[in-house]
Amino acid sequence: MTTHRIQVMVCTGTGCVSNHAFEIRDAFEREIKKNNLQTEAAVITTGCNGFCGAGPLVVVQPDGIFYQLLKVSDIPHLVAEHFLKGRPVKKLMYIPPEEKTPIPKMSEIPFFADQTLIALRNRGMIDPEKIEDYIGRGGYKAIAKVLTSMKPEEVVTEIKASGLRGRGGGGFPTGVKWESCKKAHGTAKYVICNADEGDPGAFMDRSIVEGDPHSVIEGMLIGAYAIENVTQGFIYVRMQYPLAIHRFEVAIKQAREYGLLGKNIFDKGFDFDIEIRRGAGAFVCGESTALMTSIEGKVGEPRAKYIHTVEKGLWDCPTCLNNVETWANVPQIILKGAKWFSSIGTGDVSVDPWGGSKGTKVFSLAGKVNNTGLVEVPMGITMRDIIYKVGGGIPEGKKFKAVQTGGPSGGFIPETLLDLPVDYEELAKVGSMMGSGGMLVTDEENCMVDMAKYFLSFTQDESCGKCIPCREGTKRMLDILDKITMGKGSEEDLVMLEELSSMVVESSLCALGGSAPNPVLTSMKYFREEYEAHVRDKKCPAHVCKPLIKYSIDENVCIQVGHGCDVCRKQCIDNAIIGEKNQAHRIDPSKCGKCGICYDVCKFDAIHIE
Amino acid sequence: MGKLKIEDLEKIAEEARKKMTIREGGGRAKITVHMGTCGIAAGARNIMNTFLKEIETHDVHDVIITSTGCAGLCNKEPMITIELTGQAPVKYIQLTEAKAKRIFDEHIMKGKFVQEYAYAIGSEKIL
Repeated sequence: MTTHRIQVMVCTGTGCVSNHAFEIRDAFEREIKKNNLQTEAAVITTGCNGFCGAGPLVVVQPDGIFYQLLKVSDIPHLVAEHFLKGRPVKKLMYIPPEEKTPIPKMSEIPFFADQTLIALRNRGMIDPEKIEDYIGRGGYKAIAKVLTSMKPEEVVTEIKASGLRGRGGGGFPTGVKWESCKKAHGTAKYVICNADEGDPGAFMDRSIVEGDPHSVIEGMLIGAYAIENVTQGFIYVRMQYPLAIHRFEVAIKQAREYGLLGKNIFDKGFDFDIEIRRGAGAFVCGESTALMTSIEGKVGEPRAKYIHTVEKGLWDCPTCLNNVETWANVPQIILKGAKWFSSIGTGDVSVDPWGGSKGTKVFSLAGKVNNTGLVEVPMGITMRDIIYKVGGGIPEGKKFKAVQTGGPSGGFIPETLLDLPVDYEELAKVGSMMGSGGMLVTDEENCMVDMAKYFLSFTQDESCGKCIPCREGTKRMLDILDKITMGKGSEEDLVMLEELSSMVVESSLCALGGSAPNPVLTSMKYFREEYEAHVRDKKCPAHVCKPLIKYSIDENVCIQVGHGCDVCRKQCIDNAIIGEKNQAHRIDPSKCGKCGICYDVCKFDAIHIE
Repeated sequence: MGKLKIEDLEKIAEEARKKMTIREGGGRAKITVHMGTCGIAAGARNIMNTFLKEIETHDVHDVIITSTGCAGLCNKEPMITIELTGQAPVKYIQLTEAKAKRIFDEHIMKGKFVQEYAYAIGSEKIL
């Protein structure tokens, strides 16, 4: 039997795998065997579906029934009901927040329905470890087209005309980069795929690699052909991404076996091969020059970029580095044409390659948002649509506060700017950036000073230390933020923080230092009153900074409504609550560790935070 | 696996697509076997197996088989619904293996529905 009537697509991206997706797969296989359905139902593992918050998840085809939050114990019932009796199991389907009726079909769930897929076109549809699946969806057709019917310069022109810009953060026009590298003098040139994604909360590149590694390889093949004199490519990926490395290894091996990598590809006299280089997970190695030094086997430190890497990069040879998502877009542009690609997005790139943002962008949506996961949306969509339509809004009806875009080096965007169209220029205008596509949503319970401190502590920790402004500047800034959150800050500290920020931005060697103060600068710009509350009134309005908050019990409520229920005293880990059962309770501030347990357990709202 | 020529790419793609039509929810025809308790008791499994076998013998890859619950006509089971793209669904009742084979030959393969086994064309209104 070649055709199965049911195909069970089990998501095995890292998110679902850590939620036991492989056990779910095994359970399906077991139950299918038990019910004698081996000839009728096939289990297929796929890459990340994007809806990570609902994982482990499974889509049953051909009907596209979407099951979420599965447990191994759900599977016997599911197989018996759905596969045997044809009754999809409602209680395992997705129910939109604040609604009661489940949505059975994947295509009708707003999270999926509002997305446009280019880079993620094969997600959930193919087994990433089977090259035939990729070929079945039109894979390697673009490199075949390029090798048979396009001159290298025509490929560069096509990519330039498409308006594709670097998806790793910089937004540099890809075609322009290829052209410069092509023109650079040198008989040996290299292409590199930057898969060293390191932003906290960002997992776009990892998911593309885990779900569709061949799309990246094909993109690199096309780039190597267009730039010419390139026979070797490198994929730089961090050790912390074991599944991504594994899928790359499998994909490269399969491509070599089919002769799609190696000598004389498709008998057209074109040679190209790829090797993987594992990074140790230093954030700075995502910066192009530091990444190249790391591939060379030296300490990953950036260098000044007045000599461009397209002229002198890896081993001083002309090198073209693009990020995973950029490479993954390339085959589709070749197959469908620059015109198709540039019809999506904002601005006009026909004269100026910087004139607009074209195509789609993948974002990882994390933090205080209902649908956490991976989304691909057209450029120019509003931030509001991403958060409220695709993302499903803020959980528990809380109030939105700000969204941090572009990872730790990006900035906060407040509610007043939510209707901003998302593209490279608009985000830069408000002090943030596209970055690689991390998007962290915060709500009223997040303290902006604390958030800025969190991101700065990350960049400070990851500063390579080569140049003083970044190494020392971010450290001093962090000290000041620490002081402010401890309730020891003054108004002069705010002035100093701003001064230090502009110094670090202006005098750092690479983009890590150059953008590290962004979270501080934007939070001070849009949430100045929170900083002032911390330094002036010694209060944290969001009740996050422990030294600035105080717990107290309203003794009247405690005795009259709660009748001195004594629950808080029993739960208090610091023995800071004084009182007997049936009597009013109070908190001894000298012992209180401000853990908030009493506040959570009190059923009578007798405990207040100020 | 050997080195690919450009012509091989299409062959591999064709072979892979056979398996993937189902995943993409595409397909020219959809056979829905009603498999409520009544259907199963009346022999719906056998009917489904007959169709699976027919698909294999005819080597077609654009026909989807799926199952659903009871349609409310328990005394007319085993029952199926056949939908060809762009046409109204047709319900067949009280099927046997022989009837199923004929329906596959005439309706699925040749596009002409078998009037003598058909019960109704179209579906109920859903309010």
